[in-house]
Amino acid sequence: MTDDLQRHQYDVIVIGAGGAGLRAAIEARELGMRTAIISKSLFGKAHTVMAEGGIAASMGNANARDNWQVHFRDTMRGGKFLNNPRMAELHAKEAADRVWELETYGALFDRTKDGTISQRNFGGHEYPRLAHVGDRTGLELIRTLQQKIVSMQQEDLRDHGDYEAMIRVFAECAVTDLLLDGKRIAGAFGYFREAGDFVLFEAPAVVLATGGIGKSFKVTSNSWEYTGDGHALAMRAGASLLNMEFVQFHPTGMVWPPSVKGILVTESVRGDGGVLRNSEGKRFMFDYIPDVFKKQYAESEEEGDRWYTDPENNKRPPELLPRDEVARAINSEVKAERGSPHGGVFLDVSTRLPAEEIKRRLPSMWHQFKELADVDITKEPMEVGPTCHYVMGGVEVDPDSTAASVPGLFAAGEVAGGMHGSNRLGGNSLSDLLVFGRRAGAGAAQYVDSLGGRRPAVQASDIEDVMGFALQPFDTDVGENPYEIHQELQQAMQDLVGIIRRPEEIEDALARLEKFRERATKVKVVGRRPFNPGWHLALDLRNMVIVSECVAKSALVREESRGGHTRDDFPAMDAEWRKVNLVCSHAPGSVEVDVTRQPVPTIRPDLIALFDRTELAKYLTDEEMSALPEGDLT
Amino acid sequence: MSYDAQFRVWRGDADGGELQDFSVEVNEGEVVLDIIHRLQATQAGDLAVRWNCKAGKCGSCSAEINGRPRLLCMTRMSTFTEADTITVTPLRTFPVIRDLVTDVSFNYVKAREIPAFAPPKGVAAGDYRMEQIDVERSQEFRKCIECFLCQNVCHVVRDHEDNKDSFAGPRYLMRIAELDMHPLDEMDRRKQAQDEHGLGYCNITKCCTEVCPEHIKITDNALIPMKERVVDRKFDPLVWLGAKIRRREDA
Ligand SMILES: Cc1cc2nc3c(=O)[nH]c(=O)nc-3n(C[C@H](O)[C@H](O)[C@H](O)COP(=O)(O)OP(=O)(O)OC[C@H]3O[C@@H](n4cnc5c(N)ncnc54)[C@H](O)[C@@H]3O)c2cc1C
Ligand code: SF4
Ligand code: SF4
Ligand code: FES
Repeated sequence: MTDDLQRHQYDVIVIGAGGAGLRAAIEARELGMRTAIISKSLFGKAHTVMAEGGIAASMGNANARDNWQVHFRDTMRGGKFLNNPRMAELHAKEAADRVWELETYGALFDRTKDGTISQRNFGGHEYPRLAHVGDRTGLELIRTLQQKIVSMQQEDLRDHGDYEAMIRVFAECAVTDLLLDGKRIAGAFGYFREAGDFVLFEAPAVVLATGGIGKSFKVTSNSWEYTGDGHALAMRAGASLLNMEFVQFHPTGMVWPPSVKGILVTESVRGDGGVLRNSEGKRFMFDYIPDVFKKQYAESEEEGDRWYTDPENNKRPPELLPRDEVARAINSEVKAERGSPHGGVFLDVSTRLPAEEIKRRLPSMWHQFKELADVDITKEPMEVGPTCHYVMGGVEVDPDSTAASVPGLFAAGEVAGGMHGSNRLGGNSLSDLLVFGRRAGAGAAQYVDSLGGRRPAVQASDIEDVMGFALQPFDTDVGENPYEIHQELQQAMQDLVGIIRRPEEIEDALARLEKFRERATKVKVVGRRPFNPGWHLALDLRNMVIVSECVAKSALVREESRGGHTRDDFPAMDAEWRKVNLVCSHAPGSVEVDVTRQPVPTIRPDLIALFDRTELAKYLTDEEMSALPEGDLT
Repeated sequence: MSYDAQFRVWRGDADGGELQDFSVEVNEGEVVLDIIHRLQATQAGDLAVRWNCKAGKCGSCSAEINGRPRLLCMTRMSTFTEADTITVTPLRTFPVIRDLVTDVSFNYVKAREIPAFAPPKGVAAGDYRMEQIDVERSQEFRKCIECFLCQNVCHVVRDHEDNKDSFAGPRYLMRIAELDMHPLDEMDRRKQAQDEHGLGYCNITKCCTEVCPEHIKITDNALIPMKERVVDRKFDPLVWLGAKIRRREDA
């Protein structure tokens, strides 16, 4: 059975060729590891390419008062203090170096008048902080990293006579299973999309950089790749997932026409002056500023408008609240029948900036609306509504090395959990990819070095098992169409575990997921193995069911509303719940998802001291407050 | 608002294939990629197509629609009448893998042959200073989403397989121009452009520019200026050096 199997040996394999994966691979190769990069799509097409607004780093180019402490503070506030504080700290401290490093790889960011990297405003960031290239920052990031890898391959050609001596990209190759030796990572198994043949990668260290899970929801900004593969691979290998109830619904996705519903409208539209209005023409966000943010946001339209030119003396407009707040507000307006004709609200930049300026700052938004919706955003408002965008939850990792609990397994980027707490700030993902991608590459290299020559071995019987599983959808004569199961699953998650969650509905979703899990094992695909999307979807279904179950189960347990998790029956944030992380795992040999409670790591005194007492009191319990040292914290 | 459209989709692999007829539902606002997806979900589960972003940002979904190279996700159904038969075929210049998916590895091979960015010596990360006006020229080229439509359409390789070895194609000649115009790049790239990557094959027909979904002026802004510099160098090597130094002083 294993005759038609390609085999490759590497020191480190990186699953995922987005920002996190490429940065991890660069680091591993720089540390002397023979490294493979595996991706489901072609090289350069990963989800990162779609990021628009920018990359957050406190370089202080636009406002010299910015520094890592302010960035840390904003990140914790955005995540409602559920973030892993060490991750938020490392991220805030290292983001600027990671951005500057991109320039040495050839990146060309937009510039300030002084010739430094220009930085723009974004929701939840106190100062203009997002390095950007128009509204195609993700493209610049991925192309730059891709070109850096090419440059390393050119060095390897010079030094070793082979472009691929030290680093090789396996594009259009999907990993279906991780293989273990005892409890340790021994390799990964997958198939090439092109010919449908199987491949085994033997390696002691695997970096997961597979991105998110959005394809489990119907309205999403995410592509077909986002089936939660890395999340599910980690679970099946024995690692645990953290904070899976926190799913970010971006407030502004396109709502019309139906075929583009969910496609993202970048937050830069608001950062650059765009405002949200309901059908009555009212800037409704002023009615939705929650208490915890009252001090930081403008009380009147006039003040909000002045802030764009004079941020020192005015507070920012509430359109720039963190995403969860804006998404819920839009949801309420639509429910109260103050929405736009196609069930969204209006986002208007046309009355705020001159047409030329809009085209210069937001070229791809202009293009996107013109081409896909016949809307000229320099002349009329857009219609927007929430879309599933990002998962805060992910593999539980050690902040410094990104190591998961399974020896040899590392995770970085969207697939990793902890960094963003209950809600991610815009721009903090691209920086996360670079900071923790680099750390993952280093962590994996160090682990491989520590093994000396003693490498784990793949078991032949395991290979037969995973291959048998992969071929199952061809072996049956009767079975369901995988596309149908996928559509039903998306609908169920959208309706029952979406922005606003009710316990009965979540239970309903869980009951359906139970059936999807069963049905996913009995699908039938037509055609043969070469480039067969039906087959690929059939294999991805298993992963979507696992991650959906993690989301739903955790959502049922957490009886409060915080960030990307809103419970209809528990609408408020609860300080007791702030101390709790929910962790999903499989019991050995089981396909059931167990959810357990675990304390959130405590915030170090020097980091706590970055906040004032009144602010902390909004998040911490009385008990935690009284345990703080007397007097001024700083 | 809904109607049934007539589609002819090429199905097959490297050994051959044919156009298959489908009648398929179309709804308001849809693009050709939506229709291909509907065929997958309802009539042809194994129909092979590439896509990722569905918003013209990733360059995955390139194919030929009624013989014209296009992105499937950015071609709206409203550009056709209900009576039109819409024919979708794979990119012609690259070998077919299956159905609408072609082997685009030619492009990745070429990408690897263009010498990488040569960073300025002695300038530390964080100390790069460049004016907006100086980066804008290269930024235009960096909008490229690598859809390879220009590579597909350029007649130098579209009809002459044997030119593929010595011609990088518009996308990668533009990459050379991009690096050459990068304010801090330290390499003279003109000789390689001409001698190794086939700039001389280009006879500025502008077909590449016409198909570019990013509306990059490949010919006018990248290829012609690059050709001019190559000619300059032949007259006087110091002109180029002077130009580079001047650019740096401005920065
Ligand atoms: C439209 C949009 C706009 C955004 N804008 C911003 C922004 O402005 N700023 C910001 O900070 N963030 C933004 N984000 C979020 C950010 O882009 C993503 O969170 C981030 O790019 C994820 O990067 P990654 O490296 O973790 O994974 P990705 O870039 O998604 O890469 C995942 C990789 O894993 C591979 N993969 C997955 N499963 C498998 C498997 N089974 N086998 C092999 N390979 C596999 C995929 O092929 C892919 O190469 C945006 C997101 C979207 C959708
Ligand atoms: S302008 Fe040059 S590169 Fe472009 S299509 Fe014509 S010959 Fe090819
Ligand atoms: S230059 Fe334009 S046509 Fe050519 S690959 Fe890039 S985006 Fe596509
Ligand atoms: S799917 Fe990304 S460009 Fe068409």
